[in-house]
Amino acid sequence: MTEPVANRLGSVPSRASPQYGQGSSANLADILERVLDKGIVIAGDIQINLLDIELLTIKLRLLVASVDKAKEMGIDWWEHDPSLSSRAGERPSLAAENRRLRAEVEELRGDAALEPAAERPRARRAIRGDYKEHAEHAEREEPGDGEEEYAEEYTDEYAEAVHEPAAATEPAEEREGTEPPAEAAEPAEEPEEARAAPARRPARVRRTEPGRRPGRRGER
Amino acid sequence: MTEQVVYAYAVARDSTELAEALSGLEGVARSPVHLVRGGQGGELVAAVSPVDAADFGEVPLRRHLEDLTWLEAVARAHHGVIEALTERITVLPLRLATVYLDDDRVRGMLDRRGDVFADRLARLTAHVEWGVKLYVEPSAEEPPPAVPASDDAGPGRSYLRRRRAERHARDDVYRTARSAAESVAEAARRYAVEHARHRVQQGELARGPGENVTNDAYLVPLERGEEFRSEVRRAVEGLSGIRVEVTGPWAPYSFAAPVETHDEGHEGAPAAGEPPDAPGGVPGERPAHRGTQRAAP
Repeated sequence: MTEPVANRLGSVPSRASPQYGQGSSANLADILERVLDKGIVIAGDIQINLLDIELLTIKLRLLVASVDKAKEMGIDWWEHDPSLSSRAGERPSLAAENRRLRAEVEELRGDAALEPAAERPRARRAIRGDYKEHAEHAEREEPGDGEEEYAEEYTDEYAEAVHEPAAATEPAEEREGTEPPAEAAEPAEEPEEARAAPARRPARVRRTEPGRRPGRRGER
Repeated sequence: MTEQVVYAYAVARDSTELAEALSGLEGVARSPVHLVRGGQGGELVAAVSPVDAADFGEVPLRRHLEDLTWLEAVARAHHGVIEALTERITVLPLRLATVYLDDDRVRGMLDRRGDVFADRLARLTAHVEWGVKLYVEPSAEEPPPAVPASDDAGPGRSYLRRRRAERHARDDVYRTARSAAESVAEAARRYAVEHARHRVQQGELARGPGENVTNDAYLVPLERGEEFRSEVRRAVEGLSGIRVEVTGPWAPYSFAAPVETHDEGHEGAPAAGEPPDAPGGVPGERPAHRGTQRAAP
């Protein structure tokens, strides 16, 4: 029994309706963001490897969508504090950019106790592959060789970046069971996972170390 | 005869309607779709179809996924099967390219995860997903009427003045977009039981008039779909420069992953594919599903 109103509108949400859904006309971007990015992820026998899907998804995002890009362009206003809304859509002026950069310089020069910069451009996080390179590079750097600041920052970001999708990249068998999410587990409880984690764990440890920026203190 | 593997599309509760929906249904590579029954009481089914291992084995699959033409064909076929089933019954869509060696392996998967599937199916039954995208129309982004050119203003000053005028115009448009986004969300929430935020669409695959500023998915009771759609559209009526696009109904792609179990390691939370972008994310407003999810990370 269909509502008359629905009939008038042409597309009836009845299961029986032949007009159900988008059909072949559905926008490819809409489909891809759903079939690649949504839906239940279970490990099949053929391991295209969820990591590959991850990477593919990231690549496609460059074609399809990016919130990060939106932020970069200053159109993410609705996610911010309402008090900022009067400046909605305003792209950073040169003066503001200048102020921000100066503040960053000050931060780098001074305060060793400063928390990791809270407002790192998220856009970078979209390109996780690059992160990995940076992070691995960073891991190899010896402390105090002058690039440490740079290295640590990227390591931090990499840690964030890899931390989230961790479960999606777990080996199939583990995801089949009732294992807790990877991030909840301690390395000791998941020795077999160690192979998947080395890049991640050191970075996480470093993040939480109180004296995490020895180089900076040394400079003072 | 080439070796075959089994491509799985979706999980559902067994029903006669489902069997009807399958008749003549073709999946990826035009392969015939059939059901595999499983779960503790045999009450669950997975819709699957046989595909060539030469195309869907690990190595070829990885290569194919780099090919956008191939990917599009498979994505559309995958979606086509799920959509055909969704016309009749609630299904849990599986991620693209979930491939098993044979039907028995699929059955084993159903048996092992039966509880999780059953829970989520119960939650989603008789609900569908609607997509709501808000656009700022390009016309609205055009610079406002030219600032009266004054002869004494140097080129630099003129430029700055023009830039300022443009920025103000853009501010106006974005303010309008913001209020539109709020109206739309308010209207949508009256009907929706869950909400997921996707990334805004930009780039080559998302061409179209206007700039996408919000891209959300709402889980709406089946029978309220038309009301939902018309109310959402009404929410932006009269707002110049704003366009809303409502798509759907979709199978509950954005809501298939168990959300509540997120922190319980029940199913491997993010397994569902929803990497917690913000670990402490606000539940109601942006379920783990933020489209921004995972890779946004």
